Amino acid sequence: MYLLQEETMTGKYPDIKTGQQECPAIVRLNNLNVFAEGNHILKNISLEIPKNKVTVLLGPSGCGKTTLLKCMNRLTDLYKELKVSGSIYIEEDDILHTPKNIPSIRQKMGLLSQRPYPLPVSIYKNVAYGIKLKGVRDRKLLDYNVEKHLREVGLWNEVKDRLHSPATGLSIGQQQRLCLARGLAVKPHIILADEPTSALDPISSKIIENLFRKLKTHYTIILVTHVLRQAMRLADNVVFMYDGEIIEQGDPQTLFNNPQTDKLKEYLVEGN
Amino acid sequence: MRKRKIIEEKIFRFIAAFAAYSLIGILAFIIIVILVKGFNALSVDMLIKTPKGGYYFGGEGGVLNAIVGSLYIAVGATLIAVLLGMPAALYINVHLIRKKRTQNTIRYFMDALWGIPSIVYGAFGFTLMLFLGMHASLIAGIITVALLITPIMARTFDEVLSTIPKGLHEATLALGSTKTETAFRVLFKQGFSGFITAVLLAFGRGIGDAASVLFTAGYTDLVPVNLDEPAATLPLAIFFQLGSPIPEVRERAYAAAVILTVIIFIISLGARYLSKRYSRSNLK
Repeated sequence: MYLLQEETMTGKYPDIKTGQQECPAIVRLNNLNVFAEGNHILKNISLEIPKNKVTVLLGPSGCGKTTLLKCMNRLTDLYKELKVSGSIYIEEDDILHTPKNIPSIRQKMGLLSQRPYPLPVSIYKNVAYGIKLKGVRDRKLLDYNVEKHLREVGLWNEVKDRLHSPATGLSIGQQQRLCLARGLAVKPHIILADEPTSALDPISSKIIENLFRKLKTHYTIILVTHVLRQAMRLADNVVFMYDGEIIEQGDPQTLFNNPQTDKLKEYLVEGN
Repeated sequence: MRKRKIIEEKIFRFIAAFAAYSLIGILAFIIIVILVKGFNALSVDMLIKTPKGGYYFGGEGGVLNAIVGSLYIAVGATLIAVLLGMPAALYINVHLIRKKRTQNTIRYFMDALWGIPSIVYGAFGFTLMLFLGMHASLIAGIITVALLITPIMARTFDEVLSTIPKGLHEATLALGSTKTETAFRVLFKQGFSGFITAVLLAFGRGIGDAASVLFTAGYTDLVPVNLDEPAATLPLAIFFQLGSPIPEVRERAYAAAVILTVIIFIISLGARYLSKRYSRSNLK
């Protein structure tokens, strides 16, 4: 039965460093390596991502942030040239070696891309798509969830009179929020956001940022961004990557005010 | 330097515009020629009557047998081509996404099949027909034309699918879709206008081809009522009548050409309407 209420997650996963229940790791990567036609794209990545926090993956273009994100929902499977090894635990499952089917694993993670990709159907059907995939056919339940998730991303009032119009008729900022609503509708535990504001104007970007602040009470957000200020505004945890490696990680204040490596110092200087 | 660029720009624009308008001119020229030559023979009888005795010597009758035969063959073959070509194109673009070499091999063979002259399909269909103990019939024509147009259908739709942004594919899979759900619920919808174009191209080729049906569908003055009866087609009706020494019969050949062209126009307009209507929701 598809739940009307928010599903609550149990705190049965190992904690990060502190050992406190408030900050369990929802994603754990162990010795993750990705090769592409002889190039070592991700090098021995071991990382724990805390639950219900915003973790920002920061680093220059080509450092492997997007590849790391794609590993987490196995979209790397689409690329023949990518060879992935190691382990990625999402909650209790090692998704690289699990016997569970991949679509059900992917439903634990909502994906927000650099540019919005609304499905070639109406606004309503976009949000209902993932719910229907879970087998829900009851019209009232669909209506309820579509409205709920459109409200959750602040889009309901803007689209309630044209729910059955093509989603491509929305502005790009609205489309991005629609994609977020569509992702939330499958009740993910994690939101993977790959530079979700890079194609948006400042106002739309601000709306998305505010949404992330609200959403992190219920979801774990893993955000790839190039924008230092955005990372400072949103991050609870920052992972700085360079050339396929994790160089530094920690809370944003410590990381940005007291960088330990030359690479991060240089990046911060250039970024500012 | 600037003057040279302006001249260069003007010359290129002239050549491009000339090429574009020439195409419209060629089409207009074809239509005018067949209309002028066939106008006198155009009548309601041409559309609603089958050839009567002495028709091929200028007697009474029409080409209803060929109109119906052509539509039966083209529609039947297009349906088979859709059933084979659409899943093939989706398979290449969804299931073989990681297997570029297999994708390219299949595409190479489809291109080769597309390039084979229709008379070869006719000869193959004829051989197959004899092997199966069949005679010239509607079903033999449908199968042969289906073989001819399936690669056109599949490859055209494949080209459309390959232009769909990978991000849409990823976004759909990320929602928990299986590959089949992604193929039919999203990629097919996104590529629907291209699918219509593919159907139109296949239908147009199917209804207009003479060589593939020459030995397989045969020719008859009757409207076929069974799949195992021979069927006349418009291209063959044009071919047979155009070779006649009698001017009235040759006029009827042009009139049949007008009818064939009108059928193509109607299908084309319908396809454009559908394509436009269903592409409103498409991701640009």
